[in-house]
Amino acid sequence: MTSFANRLFGPLDPATEAGYLDPPTRKGFFTDTSVCIGCKACEVACKEWNAVPEDGISLTGMSYDNSVGLGASTWRHVAFIEQPSGAREHPGEESASFRWLMESDVCKHCTHAACLDVCPTGALMRSEFGTVVVQNDVCNGCGYCVPACPYGVIERREGPKDEPAVGLAQKCTLCYDRLKGDLEPACAKACPTQSIQFGDLDELRVRAKGRVDQLVEAGVSDAQLYGHDPRDGVGGAGAFFLLLDRPEVYGLPPDPVVTTKALPQMWRQAALAAATLLVGSLAAFVERRNR
Amino acid sequence: MSDCIVIQGSNMAECHPVGFQWVMEAKARGARVIHVDPRFTRTSAMADLHVPLRAGTDIALLGGLINYVLTHEKDFREYVVAYTNASAILGEDFVDTDDLGGLFSGFDAQGRHYDPSTWAYEDAQMVPSAGDREQTHASAKRARDSGAPSAAGSHGPTLEAQPNIDLTLQHPRCVYQVLKRHFSRYTPQMVEQVCGISPEQFDQLARAVTENSGRERTTAFCYAVGWTHHTVGVQYIRAAAILQSLLGNIGRPGGGILALRGHASIQGSTDIPTLFNLLPGYIPMPHAHEHEDLDAFIEQDAQTKGFWGNMKSYTVSLLKAWWGDAATAENDYCFDYLPRITGDHSTFSTVSRQVEQGGGGYFLVGQNPAVGTANAKMQRLGLANLDWLVVRDFVMIESATFWQDGPEIQTGELRTADIGTEVFFLPAAAHTEKNGSFTNTQRMLQWHHQAVEPAGDARSELWFYYHLGRRIREKLAGSTQEMDRPVLELTWDYPVEGPLAEPSAEAVLAEINGYDAKGEPLASYTALKDDGSTTSGCWIYCGVNEDGVNQAARRKPGSEQTWVAPEWGWAWPANRRTLYNRASADPAGRPWSERKKYVWWDEDAGRWTGHDVPDFEVTKRPDYRPPPDAKAQAAIAGNEPFIMQNDGKAWLYVPTGLADGPLPTHYEPPESPFRNAFYHQQANPTRQIYPMPVNRYHPSGDEPGAEVFPFVFTTYRLTEHHTAGGMSRFLHYLSELQPEFFCEVSPELAAERGLEHTGWATIVTARAAIEARVLVTERMRPLQVQGRTLHQIGLPYHWGANGLSTGDAANELLSAVLDVNVHIHATKSTSCDILPGRRPRGPALLTFVEGYRQRAGITAETGTESKTP
Repeated sequence: MTSFANRLFGPLDPATEAGYLDPPTRKGFFTDTSVCIGCKACEVACKEWNAVPEDGISLTGMSYDNSVGLGASTWRHVAFIEQPSGAREHPGEESASFRWLMESDVCKHCTHAACLDVCPTGALMRSEFGTVVVQNDVCNGCGYCVPACPYGVIERREGPKDEPAVGLAQKCTLCYDRLKGDLEPACAKACPTQSIQFGDLDELRVRAKGRVDQLVEAGVSDAQLYGHDPRDGVGGAGAFFLLLDRPEVYGLPPDPVVTTKALPQMWRQAALAAATLLVGSLAAFVERRNR
Repeated sequence: MSDCIVIQGSNMAECHPVGFQWVMEAKARGARVIHVDPRFTRTSAMADLHVPLRAGTDIALLGGLINYVLTHEKDFREYVVAYTNASAILGEDFVDTDDLGGLFSGFDAQGRHYDPSTWAYEDAQMVPSAGDREQTHASAKRARDSGAPSAAGSHGPTLEAQPNIDLTLQHPRCVYQVLKRHFSRYTPQMVEQVCGISPEQFDQLARAVTENSGRERTTAFCYAVGWTHHTVGVQYIRAAAILQSLLGNIGRPGGGILALRGHASIQGSTDIPTLFNLLPGYIPMPHAHEHEDLDAFIEQDAQTKGFWGNMKSYTVSLLKAWWGDAATAENDYCFDYLPRITGDHSTFSTVSRQVEQGGGGYFLVGQNPAVGTANAKMQRLGLANLDWLVVRDFVMIESATFWQDGPEIQTGELRTADIGTEVFFLPAAAHTEKNGSFTNTQRMLQWHHQAVEPAGDARSELWFYYHLGRRIREKLAGSTQEMDRPVLELTWDYPVEGPLAEPSAEAVLAEINGYDAKGEPLASYTALKDDGSTTSGCWIYCGVNEDGVNQAARRKPGSEQTWVAPEWGWAWPANRRTLYNRASADPAGRPWSERKKYVWWDEDAGRWTGHDVPDFEVTKRPDYRPPPDAKAQAAIAGNEPFIMQNDGKAWLYVPTGLADGPLPTHYEPPESPFRNAFYHQQANPTRQIYPMPVNRYHPSGDEPGAEVFPFVFTTYRLTEHHTAGGMSRFLHYLSELQPEFFCEVSPELAAERGLEHTGWATIVTARAAIEARVLVTERMRPLQVQGRTLHQIGLPYHWGANGLSTGDAANELLSAVLDVNVHIHATKSTSCDILPGRRPRGPALLTFVEGYRQRAGITAETGTESKTP
């Protein structure tokens, strides 16, 4: 059991914490960007399975990335980063050659999910698999979750009112319906190179460690894991990554922290302020009586 | 199993992402992956090494590698001596390109063709294996027309397959020495001059390939249309075949030359062909007048060595499958019912006749030539000049709507009211809406099952042709006319099923597999007979329905079977996963090495065994030597792995069967900003041309006017779209991923021509001007070629005016100029100009392009010469 102190920050098993008795092992994604070929099959498979609508047909000029980023109607997003030769300097080495990095991004399914913590209606819920899921029939579209997410993942869907889920918060469900049917998520199923790996989070973390060690040994010195560490700002992500460069290069926040981390402190401050006010007003009464 | 994988002429990660998973798996196991390509693509991003080269110079590079292997004696000598024709001695009349300015002996400039008789071995006549026939006929016919002597192999010459040989490889006229001389000028310096590849990079590539070849290691080459879409495309493959044969990388695990087919079942569409010159299983299509009866047709092959010696069994079984009981020995098994070739009926020749003569009907089935074929305008003018056109597709592709809103309507060249073509659009069912098989790159048949019924009027191809045939037969029923008998006597009795009366695809598969005399499904093509007692719709597929079980539908997981995975689908022939795998053992039948063990001779059991189905007669001993009168496979010795060849050998040199020379030779693309640095001869002298007003060619090399088109563009595909767009541009989920036609240029070219990122550019050739959004990217790199900078422009070709994602078609820019061996268009390297901004509209577009033609001095003769003056 996790200690009460970790309810908002630190290592935790989120399904147990959410009250599931004997939940299945926590499920997640390990996205190994070193083998991503940028085919975008994950984007299409996600949209096909989850009936996510088209997100706009316009050329962005951002390399081969025309879906720009995660949002209400893009739950998997493949980033393309053209790294000019000489852009990376290594001490004592020649400047590195041109690289084209590709990374399939997705909701992190945080251990401490701020979107869920701030949701006033309970529309965002923790599933028995430890994932974070929006319930469309409960969401009232208040949008509190949108600024709460440290990664900028969740968004309210815009569009004509008669289209599905317009006005509601939308994001990856880690294919909750497929998990319930003992199927892997659509993106992982479609990925031809096993860049997107689905499974038990503990097992994925071990696998990822082995892979990053292998790459570093092979001379890929910038290879690093992102979101794998339960001691990080979100208590470890349910969807974590192997990157070939710093997170910022991929547009990922380098040190994300759950926005509700400060809640105890905020409450303490608020309580202190309340106490001060109370003491002050009591003192005022006492003084008046003494007069 | 590969230790090194060279991907050249293919953007495998983008165009074959599913197959590319195995490259990634090999890489994870330590294989070195090298991508040779003009552009830095998603494949390059995954490779250990990317070698940029000038488009259209692969023979120079491969020739350089061949020269490296021969100069440094890196060849797998034991394999080369035993399994290739390196030791064969050529006749004294053969003259190589070195002495003829880039031409081989036997060239007839007037007829634009070769008489290959001087290419033959000394004292030996050769015939090509059956699949090569059409070309030999064509050149023989041209030779006759021009009064030249008949080519070898056309009319039953003496078949003396054994050449004189010198196993020491020292004879000055042996193939090995001829190769050495031929490729000696393909030095690293010339590779640098011609391809723009630095000697350092060349050395890296050459080392990687040679260090990963030999007894212990193997290297694979993967190619796609980046190699075939050239006027010398066949010779590109030949160059790779020479290199891989010298290195001993054929018939061995992890080796090979892997032809990545363009999309699902393109392999199937050549096995059971949509090509005019082939019958199922690569049996040549008979020619009118030249093949009077079945025996005359078979005669050419009846005496040859190898499995083509059984061509009569394959052909008679095919005729029995098609005409059943009507096919008897007395009527030559209905051989007369087969259609006959009277000339070149390939796509471009057909279209040129449509443009020039008009009339006739045309079926477009999953094909969108109005934007998807080289010189799209020529294609549309052909479509606009027909009596009728049937388009079967999912959506209203440009080939179905050209008559109302095509580019010629906009320029005023055509008016809808003047177009007489009656267009029928018939919606087609998708693969998820029907049962059937895919035959993919690795010759593997995989069955797909129907998931849903097709919507609305959409129907499968099987439905369409079956019911069309049924209705035609109903209309002809009772006819006593001789001309109707081939249709009326066809076996056209497929069971139908489901609400749409869909013919049973498994019944078709069973017919393709064939039956023995008792009506039982055959297990192997070796059981086929020439006496009419067996049937088979395609001899190489015989066995796919062994025991009456659909072998193509097998899906046993890889984890539950050996690494060769023989129970996943079914590969022709005989479920062999690697062809010519007898070559994985040494002449005595022992594996070349423990590490590369694959198929070997088991002396105790008296048979070949191993991980795969042996591609050899299973009990033929390694020391078997055929008696002098042996025929067909019996004439193949126990140490001759290449059992489809009539000498059992891999050919380093091709004495007969090719129209443009026995050895690969670098010629410049027909429209090039550079002179050929190797020879006086500029372009392939035998390239097939169509000198028509709609198809004008550029000046090339140092000809005046060539400088008007100083850049080179190359066309290609993206992962997000499918060929000419019919399956992708109309879908939201794919269109949003690549929303618009774009061109890719280097920062240097952008600066030189004032092109702005995401702005517009106009690209111009003698045929057309098109516009594209600009992507400025370091993935495009200028190359130093012959002392000056060459800029290459990338143009994905998916677009057209219809659908959600739209744009001009890159194919507007291309000319129709073909490889004469296979009649394929050249789409990969063409000179052009590029300007900032959008193209003119309406009639002004025509004036604009005409201005370019005038500035370049282009006439009807430009670019049509065969021999360089």
